[in-house]
Amino acid sequence: MKKQSVFERLANAPHLVWSALFIIAPLLFVVYFAFTDRDGGFTLENILSLSSYSGTFVMSLGFSLIATTVCFLIGYPLAYCMSRASEKSRTILMVLLMLPMWISLLIRTYSLMALLDNGGLVSTFLTRLGFQKLTFIGTEGAVILGMIYDFLPYMVLPIYTSMTKLDKRYLEAANDLGCNGWQTLFKVILPLTTPGIVSGVTMVFVPSISTFYISQKLGGGSFDLLGDTIERQFQNAVTYHTGAAISLVMMILILISLAVMNKFSDSEEDIIV
Amino acid sequence: MKFLSRFYMALIFFILYAPILVVIVFSFNGSGSLSHFSDFSLHWYRELFRDGEALSALKNSLFLAVTSSVFATVIGTFAAFGISRAKRRYYQVAVETVSKIPMMNPDIVTGVSMMLLFVGVASILKLSNVLGLWTMLIAHTTFNLPYVILSVLPKFRQMDKSLTEAALDLGCTPAQTFFRVELPFIVPGVISGLMMSFTLSLDDFVISHFVSSPDFKTLPLYIYNQTAHEVKFSMYALCTLLIFVILILLIAVNLAGSAEDRKLRKKNRAGAKGGRG
Amino acid sequence: MMKKRILSLLACLLLLAMSTTLLASCGETEDSVTLYVYNWGEYISDGSDGSLDVNAAFEEYCREELGLNVTVNYSTYSSNESMYAKISSGSAAYDVIIPSDYMIERLVAEELLAPLDLSLIPNYAYISEEFKGENVYYEGDSDLVYSIPYFYGMVGIIYNTRDVAEDEESLGSWDLMWDADYTANILQFNNSRDAFGTALYKLGYDVNEATDAQWREALELLRQQKAVIQGYVMDEIFNKMKSGSAAVAAYYAGDFFSMYEDNEDLSFFYPREGTNRYVDAMCVPAASQNKELAMHYINFMCNEEIGVANAEYTYYASPLTTVIANAEYQECMSEVHENAMEILYGEMASSVPTQPYMNLTPERLTMLNSLWEELKVESSIGDGIYVCCGLILAALLALLIYHILKKRRWAKLYD
Repeated sequence: MKKQSVFERLANAPHLVWSALFIIAPLLFVVYFAFTDRDGGFTLENILSLSSYSGTFVMSLGFSLIATTVCFLIGYPLAYCMSRASEKSRTILMVLLMLPMWISLLIRTYSLMALLDNGGLVSTFLTRLGFQKLTFIGTEGAVILGMIYDFLPYMVLPIYTSMTKLDKRYLEAANDLGCNGWQTLFKVILPLTTPGIVSGVTMVFVPSISTFYISQKLGGGSFDLLGDTIERQFQNAVTYHTGAAISLVMMILILISLAVMNKFSDSEEDIIV
Repeated sequence: MKFLSRFYMALIFFILYAPILVVIVFSFNGSGSLSHFSDFSLHWYRELFRDGEALSALKNSLFLAVTSSVFATVIGTFAAFGISRAKRRYYQVAVETVSKIPMMNPDIVTGVSMMLLFVGVASILKLSNVLGLWTMLIAHTTFNLPYVILSVLPKFRQMDKSLTEAALDLGCTPAQTFFRVELPFIVPGVISGLMMSFTLSLDDFVISHFVSSPDFKTLPLYIYNQTAHEVKFSMYALCTLLIFVILILLIAVNLAGSAEDRKLRKKNRAGAKGGRG
Repeated sequence: MMKKRILSLLACLLLLAMSTTLLASCGETEDSVTLYVYNWGEYISDGSDGSLDVNAAFEEYCREELGLNVTVNYSTYSSNESMYAKISSGSAAYDVIIPSDYMIERLVAEELLAPLDLSLIPNYAYISEEFKGENVYYEGDSDLVYSIPYFYGMVGIIYNTRDVAEDEESLGSWDLMWDADYTANILQFNNSRDAFGTALYKLGYDVNEATDAQWREALELLRQQKAVIQGYVMDEIFNKMKSGSAAVAAYYAGDFFSMYEDNEDLSFFYPREGTNRYVDAMCVPAASQNKELAMHYINFMCNEEIGVANAEYTYYASPLTTVIANAEYQECMSEVHENAMEILYGEMASSVPTQPYMNLTPERLTMLNSLWEELKVESSIGDGIYVCCGLILAALLALLIYHILKKRRWAKLYD
């Protein structure tokens, strides 16, 4: 084999420098802040004090777990229906699905809040139907609903992509070999779309465990998720050290969940859309 | 079954769109209420265009998106080239994994880590007022990089190695080979990386929230600030305009897409016929 | 293939964006000075609804009177604490900030403020004697002036008369904020000092000198309240009270009038147990790059005309004697609400005991911080959530085991 030329060797250099400065170094700063106190001395205090945040960890995990599951239960059939539609309507459905993904999360969350607010359209409608006055904002249901609403398209898109890539002959074969619809779904389609599911689950789970805007607006500030706690440490009180410790633990937590999730997917390649 | 699936799709899309539709409809509401529509008026649109803050935020957003996506594309394209040429497999894997970190990490962690870096370095160097345009540019370029590499690298891997070798044999220097042979081949990947970073940067709120300063506010930060205080109804007008711009873009892209598809199919058919003849 | 089309189209868009940006940046003039002003949200007359745009007026004043090309960069915060985080971390430099009394004391103690040069602020003469010398609203070196009062006021309770009956027993007291009849319709402050303040006033304790046990008691009270409130909010309160989506809220007196303008069902009182009287004042941070211009700005804000414009926009109580005496201002206020002057300056304001917030000792501040964390972190979520999570986790675990077993079986078959 030929020796690498100077050009080939140097091509990657700017990127390596950039990664070292702005990817590795910031993470080292997080670690540094997580393990030091105000005077810069080494301490485990920050990590140990996280025990008082255990409730926050459990709640965040629980909320995002439920949101992810519901997204999957709603999104999988939706992706299936979409992939079964005619070619022409598929283009329209694609636009309909992509549009919410392109609209800022802030706008969509805020508009959902405006809709669900006491005296908003939904509660006005329900009271007119004769229901009792209901409160949505400030309940855990509203926060989870916000997560589902905001991240559902991110679940549907990768699943839909892997469904359209599915070779139709597999389905025909399954049909010929005597599978009924449900059997085809569970034995053929579901396993073959696993990579799409894994990437969809990742794309819903990670943002919903770290969100702070959704819980601020829809939870009325009464549900303190991991994102809220971190945001408050950095934007309101100058306790970077606790904030860094929470970020570090959250990062590790997410990496573990991703590793577990990847156990489900047989294929080596990750589909990232 | 067919009816059921149609009904299901309609229902989900209705729920997905209901809040957005409410914003659009009530941005034309003269009375500034979200529950009661009084009269049709363009009042809030007029207010919006009088709001210098919103317009300067839009300007900042566009500037940042353009510069950061161009930076990321240049660095990322060369990086992808370098990675694809690296000899040792573990080196390739290591570099790729590191560059993917901002993509895998939750945004808030990326934002916080960047902020700690900037504030930490500033306190070592005794600088004040470090956050602003530059930190935003660095942060946006950083989170754009993996997307560029991800869309360019496969192109390098798909490329026929013998083309490069032929160019080298015919006397091109490696740099000439890169610009004359490889670059044209990977252009679609480069452009898709550029576009993706452009839209990501335009849309980013969480990372910007941590590394920005008040003198350089982007559109998402402006919207956040609005919703954290008293929401003026001109914000609904702004959202409506944004939604329509995105809608038109998406439709245009898809229409252009299907037109080209048809052309391509025709060509293929003609080619097949010609081949048979 | 579809990608290609997307790409070409988006490439055009990119070019367009680039050219607009270039054009836009060309339009800027060279030798202009930027003055960074950091203020509370909704706290300045900004030109909306036909009011005077104060910042634009200042820019014009600089052009005409000082011969300077000044751009005011105006941004807002929603609590003293978030402003403090920005100032103390040194991550951003401002020229004029408008913190409240106790925060000024803290900033002075930490040497983050620059002393003001009163010769540049002749309008200081019009500030009411209430805020000068012996009466200064923060403890510190009284020889130096670090701040010029901007507005002052008191915390009170705003309620919706449609939801709260006239003969409600807890009217007139902090008890209304804890009244279970209004569950999910009460809004509490989303900053530690004010939120704990409500509880301490209700308990009748001293907000500055309370003992550890008393602070704990206040936390206990706030914990109980968490079950009945709709949320912790700051300026989001405007939309919520105006639209009637909440019935009871503690907030600053001046803001009541802006809400009342849009919703005449609202009413207001100062709790009889006592409440907070605050002064927000303009200061120049020590890190400011434009101290002289900043003082010009402060002086400009104390002009009668500007003071009236701001006071008519924010409806807060003005410390400027010229403003209070201004006939146009008095008329405007009585048009907004018949008792406006009374609520802001008169009998009603002086009928309840008041107490300002003082800067707390660092140990107290740390304690307040951790108490606030304790309150925020604790959330009572329904058991249903736990049950759902358990079910999901169990299902996932079962799937994982099934998956691994299946893999093993296949592996065996292949062997």
